[in-house]
Amino acid sequence: MIAEFGSFALILALAFAIAQAGLSVVARMRRSAVLAAAGEGAALASFAGVAIAFACLIHAFVTSDFSVANVAANSHTEKPLLYKVAGTWGSHEGSILLWCLILTGYGAAAATLGRGLPRGLKALMVATQGALGTVFLAYTVFASNPLLRIARPPVEGNSLNPLLQDPALAIHPPFLYSGYVGMSVVFSLAVAALIEGRVDAAWARWVRPWALAAWSFLTVGITLGAFWAYYELGWGGWWFWDPVENASFMPWLMATALLHSAIVTEKRGALAGWSLFLAIGAFTFSMLGAFLVRSGVLTSVHAFAVDPKRGVLLLIILGVTAGSAFALFAWRAPKLAQGGLFAPISRESALVMNNILLAAATTTVMVGTLFPLVRQAIGTPVSVGPGYFNWTFAPLMAALAIILPAGPLLAWKRGDLTGVGQRLWVAALIALGCGLLAYALVSPRKAFGALGIAIGVWLVAGAVTELVERTRAFRVPAVDSWRRLTGLPRGAWGMTLAHLGLGVFVLGACAELGWKGEAAETLSLGGSLNVGAYHLTLETVRPVEGPNYDSERAMIRVTKAGQPVCSGEPDRRFYPAGGQTISGIALCYRGASHLYMVLGEKRKALDGTPVWLIRAYWNPWASLIFLGPVIMALGGLTSLSDRRMRLGVARRRAVAAAQPAAAQEQPA
Amino acid sequence: MRRLQALAAIFAGMLCLAAAADPADRLPDPAQEARARTIFQEVRCLVCQNESIDDSEAELAGDLRKVVREQVQAGRSDAEIKHFLTDRYGEFVLLTPVFSWMNLALWGGPFAVVILGAGLLFSRLRNRSTEAELSPDEAARVRALSETDPA
Repeated sequence: MIAEFGSFALILALAFAIAQAGLSVVARMRRSAVLAAAGEGAALASFAGVAIAFACLIHAFVTSDFSVANVAANSHTEKPLLYKVAGTWGSHEGSILLWCLILTGYGAAAATLGRGLPRGLKALMVATQGALGTVFLAYTVFASNPLLRIARPPVEGNSLNPLLQDPALAIHPPFLYSGYVGMSVVFSLAVAALIEGRVDAAWARWVRPWALAAWSFLTVGITLGAFWAYYELGWGGWWFWDPVENASFMPWLMATALLHSAIVTEKRGALAGWSLFLAIGAFTFSMLGAFLVRSGVLTSVHAFAVDPKRGVLLLIILGVTAGSAFALFAWRAPKLAQGGLFAPISRESALVMNNILLAAATTTVMVGTLFPLVRQAIGTPVSVGPGYFNWTFAPLMAALAIILPAGPLLAWKRGDLTGVGQRLWVAALIALGCGLLAYALVSPRKAFGALGIAIGVWLVAGAVTELVERTRAFRVPAVDSWRRLTGLPRGAWGMTLAHLGLGVFVLGACAELGWKGEAAETLSLGGSLNVGAYHLTLETVRPVEGPNYDSERAMIRVTKAGQPVCSGEPDRRFYPAGGQTISGIALCYRGASHLYMVLGEKRKALDGTPVWLIRAYWNPWASLIFLGPVIMALGGLTSLSDRRMRLGVARRRAVAAAQPAAAQEQPA
Repeated sequence: MRRLQALAAIFAGMLCLAAAADPADRLPDPAQEARARTIFQEVRCLVCQNESIDDSEAELAGDLRKVVREQVQAGRSDAEIKHFLTDRYGEFVLLTPVFSWMNLALWGGPFAVVILGAGLLFSRLRNRSTEAELSPDEAARVRALSETDPA
């Protein structure tokens, strides 16, 4: 009964989404406030409908109602509660329903929060959001309803893939989708602005909080996925340039570019057309990502819940929505007013260079992901692996990182490169020194690793320099600096944090890639191996019974120069429900570095005694790889909490906020 | 059911990764073994889901590892080994595509975007700066006007 109720709510949500689009369009044409309000009400109702349907699906999973086809295919009675709930979005149908839930949720939020927007623009935004809701809900209702029953319910379900039974991955899709779908509001605002024919500083300011929120969620979502791959797939990698990863990375790059170009549009009225293009592009890449991942058109190490037939439908949705938005762009954008002037050396120029490099980076990822499809179509398949991205993406990002610290120190309109040099030489010296030290002292000697360290330190030191400049530390009395520091707008903190986080990430990634250590041996009990400076001894292996698996658990003692350091308990699990075997790794944290231990298969030695294949990795500074993006996302959220961001509130407090902001905005 | 089979195939490829590290197959010379491992990372496991033979446990990956190790032991160069593989399996077997006209869009695309972007920025900066200043004709007219002005 509850499943049918959910289906009914889903169909109602579709009807409301259609009403939302229709009412809002008519509201804009007749300039009717009543119809606009009705459209906004429909947006809320549509969200409520999807929320009810989603709750019904969660209920079906929690109660293991195997008469629902989706539950039978993806759940199991013995699964822990967290993974029963997470199973809701573990399948194709469930994940699309989650997509719809978040899409209508953003629609409802935009309808409720966008009080400061001009009426026409807002009605068109709600209408576009309604149209998107209509398309995706129609797809859910007619082609991918997760609440359908089956005639003969099985006694036991098929269970969720054990690799997905993991806390990080349980919350990974909601974060990722909040990021993907958050771009829909930005998309709708862009479409609305194109129809209205007006893109100005105010538009950029309305776009910014939505772009920031979506970007922060996407950052966390991608990081969770990378962390999951790092400790669940069992070979210590965290990014494989795999199509599924690339699919999530492209909207992130576009959103990053948008966040920067929208600053230029907001402060200087320039780059309006380009910001619109990025706003449409970011959501297009989100949809492309959903299509690539869900259709199985690309081979990937982690494509779950794949369905080629419905992929075609998703491709049509992608083509129609993105195609019409880009057609609108091509038609209307040339008529938009050009913005303010700026000199070659200026903050505008720095931000434009940021955008050029990010656009090129996005192109790299896109071409690298889609090119194999083209070559396959003409009959000469080709593989594009990490090597390609190392040669294209890495230099682009290095160039971006090198210009990054200069950007915030340049003045708008006309900057002064000598002044920037005077402010940054300390940071440059520190970066160069660290790079040279890493090259000279760390063995084995790695030139690229050392270069990466120099770039990472440059970013971190650049972010600190920026803070020092804003507070005039060391030049005015400490009390004054402190007052300036506490008076900094949150937006400024957000930017500094985001840039600092990027530096931390670069440090971690380069140290890990440059100086990773690996060792593998077949060990009998008491046997040992060396990795990095550590000595690992296999002490015991014992059987352990889990909630829905049987396992063997090893106990490995770690020593360094004879001194005990820590111990790890990697295990090897067998899931009888699906018949899979999964390695559970053990991590030993040494500062920011990790000692990574994996228990492999059991074998027989020549004399018949049991031996186990033990693999261990020394991953220097690996924690920074995941800490960096977390700092970046925190920066995004800090910026989001800036009171200037809050729509509606912004006007009333504009005077109060403008004074300290204006004082801090221009670097001296 | 086909979906389940597909998933099962994926798991089979994923279960026991970094298979190349298995001590049982290792070459006696550590330098040669390190070279073989570097090559493994560049060679695709043809039957797997986007994995190198360094990672994959699949039987074919094991066979390819054996072939590469033998060739490394026989003293053949990296280029020779890759050539041997592409002759047999086509370009698909290499994880880093070669520089060729076929791959022009792949290798040139990103840098074309950089050049295009830089060109647009440059032309905009130039147009605007000439726009802001007076053209020689206009300057001459201003001069003429201010000179003839008797005041």
